[in-house]
Formats: sequence, structure tokens, C-alpha cells
Amino acid sequence: MTVDTQEKKIIEDPGIDQGAAKLTPEKIAQVINTTLGTENLARLYAYTKTCVHCGLCSDACHYFLSHDRDPKYSPVGKIKNTLWPMIKNKGKVSVEFMKEAARIAHTECNLCRRCVQYCPFGIDTAFMISTVRRIVHKLALTPQYIQDTAHSHAATMNQMWVKEDEWIDALMWQEDEARDEFPDFRIPLDKEGSDVYYSVIGPEPKFRTQLIYQAAAIFHEAGVDFTMPSGTGWDNSDMCMFTGDFEMMGRLKRDHYESAMKLKVNKIVMGECGHAYRSVYDMGNRWLGWREMPVPIIHSIQYFYELLMAGKIKVASTIDKLATFHDPCNTVRGMGLHEMGRAVAKAFVPNMVEMYPNREHNYCCAAGGGVINCGPPHKMTRVHGNKIKAEQLKATGAELIVAPCHNCHGGLEDIVHHYKLDMEIKFLGDIIYEHMVKTKAVEE
Amino acid sequence: MSMHTLYNLVTGPLAWAAFAIFIGGMLAKFIYLTYLAKKKDPTVFAYLSTKHVIRSWFMWSVPFVAKNWRLRPLFTVVTFAFHISLLAAPIFLMAHVMMWSEGVLGISFWTLPDQVADWMTVIVIVCCVYFAVRRMIVPEAKYVTDIKDFLMLILVALPFITGFLAYHQIGDYKVMIILHIVSGEVWLAMIPFTWLGHMILGPMVRGYMGSEFGAVRHVKDW
Ligand code: HEM
Ligand code: HEM
Ligand code: SF4
Ligand code: SF4
Repeated sequence: MTVDTQEKKIIEDPGIDQGAAKLTPEKIAQVINTTLGTENLARLYAYTKTCVHCGLCSDACHYFLSHDRDPKYSPVGKIKNTLWPMIKNKGKVSVEFMKEAARIAHTECNLCRRCVQYCPFGIDTAFMISTVRRIVHKLALTPQYIQDTAHSHAATMNQMWVKEDEWIDALMWQEDEARDEFPDFRIPLDKEGSDVYYSVIGPEPKFRTQLIYQAAAIFHEAGVDFTMPSGTGWDNSDMCMFTGDFEMMGRLKRDHYESAMKLKVNKIVMGECGHAYRSVYDMGNRWLGWREMPVPIIHSIQYFYELLMAGKIKVASTIDKLATFHDPCNTVRGMGLHEMGRAVAKAFVPNMVEMYPNREHNYCCAAGGGVINCGPPHKMTRVHGNKIKAEQLKATGAELIVAPCHNCHGGLEDIVHHYKLDMEIKFLGDIIYEHMVKTKAVEE
Repeated sequence: MSMHTLYNLVTGPLAWAAFAIFIGGMLAKFIYLTYLAKKKDPTVFAYLSTKHVIRSWFMWSVPFVAKNWRLRPLFTVVTFAFHISLLAAPIFLMAHVMMWSEGVLGISFWTLPDQVADWMTVIVIVCCVYFAVRRMIVPEAKYVTDIKDFLMLILVALPFITGFLAYHQIGDYKVMIILHIVSGEVWLAMIPFTWLGHMILGPMVRGYMGSEFGAVRHVKDW
């Protein structure tokens, strides 16, 4: 394994740099003080006052481990370089400091919450980094690429500037394609009273329409009564959550849930995405003041598991490659779906080895938390910041990685490529679609 | 001022003040955080779950259950020995209990044999040295340690050092016992104003996080 020991060089980002050019120290102090003085006060107070500066959280963080235990990448080290001076100096920090804080908060922490499990007090460093991002957002210092997706959310209610006709067209195109394989195939739009409302993330209609095809094919085969909306609400993704634009996050989540409620469905099933799950199940609903979800929300991992256990999808063939299962942070530390994920994967790929550590202790892919969405300028930050993942993957000797999350795919692809691991990466949907019994398909 | 009046001062009004600041400060911290959570962070209470609070406390209070305790055996032994001794020695020390029973409370409770308390005192001191050395040589601890953290360790160790010296009659006993009492009082009074306040905030954070992980996210937090 090659060791990337490079000096930390400042990466230029027009979002940060041009935003900083407009800042004054007074503005910075005012934003910091109003944010730290009014929002989520209890947790912020408890976390910052409780920390004994012991550094025990360090071993949780893949950035720290990947940089040969360089303490500036440890969870508490990152708080030291962002939040502590803001609190200590009562908001009086320099523009340069804020630029660095924006870079750290947006590209050197995936909000993966692994450190929460390692701190003996359970101090939530990810929450504090989110708070830093909130300040960065209010100061208009957010990295350019992710800010563009947040703008898209605000203008179109989806992440990828997908227009309504393009969305409908993408679905109808997939329906058309699939009819060659399954003559009765439909992607029913706006079908009131369906059992399942299926929602996906913005990039699916844009770049990965095949995934919509596959999921719909699985539902079709399993006899699921499902629908997808023609209007907004279909995109469950949420970059606003990651930039700290919580007002917009709230609007997005309300739109998503309300669109499902209008169709009087029994539940929402969402595609294989981790961050979107965090947004609909954990963050967005809280912002809206909903303790429980107005419509039950189920991640694909769980839904596939249920379909498989109920015998609605059956295994036709298995993959005989050696495979390993990558746990997305947001479905394990966010929902404990690790055993279900493994059960589904194992049914189709019997030959599985574990990475160590695994399950709720698995290392993040380093793409999550909006880091990959900060775009090409910051790509190597996360690739170098996750050498440990490459080592962990390599040690399995597997040829195939099963990863039920979009961000994880993006992150792992870059890691596999950079560290020359020669491993294939698949979604659960890829595997199920290819290897399930297809009773409703045309004879070949 | 004679030694006698000084002794009366430190065991009288100053002792009262120290205990009042300690207990009042801890109560204030508890009430303030609870109030803040109710007022400014309502999701905290919305998701609090007694079962998971207790589960989390338990899992982290037993050595070698939590993954991070298992990853660092030496530290785990040290911190558990430290915290147990730190709490048990002063509370169950014969000399202290006698003051309670003869003085304000008029009650007597179970005491530790002097020998055991003496050893526990040594354990606390040695552990403080370990923590200090660790903060000097372990990079991730050093990086976030400043002078205040070292002062805190000295502060924590002082009543134990002076108590030990007094018990073994090393040095001038009368001076030592006064130093001991004063350092013990500073110790108590400082807890609410420093990160030593983790004594009350720690279990609160732990309980909240236990609820988030257990009741909301259905996953272990240890
Ligand atoms: C606040 C008023 C305090 C008074 C009046 C007091 C008094 C005493 C006395 C009379 C002794 C016995 C010395 C001997 O055996 O001759 C003693 C020992 C001791 N005290 Fe205190 N103490 C106080 C506070 C504290 C505090 C806050 C702590 C710990 C944090 C503490 C820890 C100890 C220990 C560990 C010993 C025993 C040392 C050994 O046996 O090696 N004391 N104290
Ligand atoms: C009774 C409730 C308490 C609990 C649950 C508790 C728990 C903890 C925990 C979880 C840590 C973190 C790291 C480690 O294990 O060292 C810690 C550190 C520490 N605690 Fe406590 N503690 C309590 C009371 C106290 C008290 C009363 C003191 C002294 C006044 C104290 C002094 C320390 C010190 C000095 C450290 C830092 C060690 C270092 O330098 O790394 N603790 N405590
Ligand atoms: S990347 Fe994960 S482990 Fe590292 S600081 Fe952020 S939340 Fe903690
Ligand atoms: S966050 Fe927790 S583990 Fe990390 S330095 Fe603070 S108290 Fe220690």
C-alpha cells in the first residue's frame, strides 16, 4: 500500500474564497454569536463543557488513521481548530480562520458519527461540525459544488436541476425499456392508495436511470403495489442538510412527506441511499417538529429483506465471487440495518468475508456527509483521508464490494481506483435484479 | 492567626462554603442544562428513553464492554482504578466519616480499612501522573491539552498527596492537614467550574446519546 504523506496544502474553492472576500470580522462575530447563542444550545453546551480533552475519540476517525495518526485530523482536533476559538473569542475570529474552518468542516469530516461511539461520554463531534457548517452557510462560505446542489434544491426541489418533464420522461423511458423484458411492466405515476411510494435521489434520473429500472423490476416481480410521484417530492436527497441550510432542509422534507400523504400510500420506500435516509428519518423530521414520521419510511435494505423473507423475491442464481459488505454509516449508525443488509447480500453472494471493523463500527467511505458533493477540488482530500478503508478492503481479498448507498459507491470507486484494488462495487438492487427468479419476464 | 483558629476556619466556614459551592454548582448545572434542553433543544426530551439511558450507563461503566475500552486495555484499567479510588477513598475514609458522625450529620456509615484507603490514595496519585505523562507523549492527547489541563490534574491530585502525607505524618502534621483541607475544598469548589463538571454532565450526555442510538437509531452506542 502506498503511503500518501503530503503536506496539507490549501485547496482553492471559489465558494469559500469568493465568499470570504466579502466578509468582515464584525459580520463573522455577529453570525457566530447569534448561531451559537440561539440554536441547539443544550447539546452544544453539554458537549463543549463535558469534553475533557483526552483524545480518546481519535481512533474512530478514518482521516486520523489514514494520516498516520496526525492529531489535526482527530475529531477533537477538528473541534479545536473550528469551534473552540469561536467560543473562546466570542466570535472574534479572522476571515482566514473562517476559510480554514469551512474547509475542515466541509471536507475533513463526513459526519459519520463513528467518533460518537468512541468518546466515553458520547460527545457528538459530528453535530458540532454541523454547527460549524451552519455558521459557514450563514456567512456564505460554503464550497461551490455543494452550494450549487443546495441552490438546485431551492429552485427545483431536487438536487440535480431536473425539470419536471425530464423527471417524468426518465420514468417513462425506463417503463418503455422494461416492457421488453416484462410485458406487463408499469411505473405507475401518482396512483392514489398504493401500498408503496417509491422515492429516489436526484442523481438517479440524471445519471443512473438503470437503478430505477431495477428497483421497479424487483417491485414488479414481487407484486408490490407501488407508485412514484410525477411532481416534486420524488427526490429524497438533501444537500441542504449538509450545508447547514436547515430552513431549506425542512421544506424539502415536508414536500417529500406531503407528496406521499397526498397519494394516501401506506409507506414510503426509499432507494439505496444513506444520507437521504438520515435526512428523512433523523434530521428533517426534527426540524419540522415531527417526532414520528407522518408516513412510515423504509430503507431499501429493509424492504428487500422483507420481500426476500416473505418469499416474494426468490434467488435464481448466485454469484460465486468472494465478496465483502460495506456498511453505510447512515444505515448502520443511523438505523442498525447491518444484519438485514448482510442477509440479503448473502442470499445471492454466499461467499462473503467481513471487513474489520464492521457493522456499526465500520469505517466510513469518506464520501458521505456531503464531502463528495464538494466536488473535484476536494477529491484527493477524501481519497487520502481514507487510506485506512483501502487497507481494510484489501485485507479481505474480496473481488466484489456490496454497498447499499450512493455516496458509498462514489467514495469507494475513487478509493478502489486510486489504491489500485481491482474490486467491483454493486448495489443490492444490482444483485437482486440480476439474480432473482423472474416469473413475469418474457422467455429468452 | 494561631494554627488553632486557622484550623477552625478551614474546617468551619470554608468547609461549608466548599460543600455549598460544590453541591449548589452541580445542581445548578443539572437544572441549567435541563432547562436549556426544554427551552432551546426540544428534540432532546422527545427522544429520551429511560431504558436506553440505563443501558448506555451500564455498558460504559463496566470495563472492557465498550469497543474503545477494549482497544486500550492499559488506559481502561487506569481510568477505572482512578475513578473508583477517587470516589471511594474520600467518601469512605474513616477520618472523614468520623467528622461527619461527630459533626454536622451525626450519622456514621460504612468505612474502608485505613490500609485500603491508603492504597487507593496512592492509586489516584499514580493515575494522575499517568494521565499527565500521557498528555505529554500521546500526540492526539497532547494536541488538545493546554496548561489548564495539567493544572487540573495537579488540582485533582493535591488533596490525595496532602492527605497521604498527613496520614503518614510526613512533614509537619499541623501544616499538612491544613494544606490538605484547603486543597480538598478547592477541589470540591472547582468541580462545577471546570471540565471536572463532567461528573454531572457526563452521565447526562451519555444518557441522551444512549437514547438516540438505542431508541431512534436502533444500534449500539458502545
Ligand atoms: C473538606 C474538608 C476535608 C477535611 C476536614 C479532611 C480531613 C482529613 C483528615 C483529618 C484526614 C486524615 C489524616 C490522618 O489520617 O491523619 C484526611 C485524609 C484523607 N483525605 Fe481528607 N479532608 C477533607 C477533604 C478531602 C477531599 C475533598 C478529598 C478528596 C478529594 C480528601 C481525600 C483524603 C484522602 C484520600 C485521605 C487519606 C490519605 C491516606 O490515607 O493516604 N479529603 N482528610
Ligand atoms: C462520578 C462520575 C464520573 C464519571 C462518570 C466520570 C467519567 C469520566 C470519563 C468517561 C472520563 C473520560 C476519559 C477517561 O476515562 O479518563 C473521565 C476523565 C477524567 N475524570 Fe472523570 N468521571 C466522574 C467523576 C470525576 C471526578 C469527581 C473527578 C475529579 C474531580 C474526575 C476526574 C477525571 C479526570 C482528571 C479525567 C481525565 C483523565 C485524563 O487526563 O485523560 N472524574 N471521567
Ligand atoms: S469523519 Fe466521522 S469519525 Fe471523523 S470526526 Fe467526522 S464524524 Fe467523527
Ligand atoms: S470528544 Fe470525548 S473522547 Fe474526544 S477528547 Fe472530548 S471527551 Fe475525549
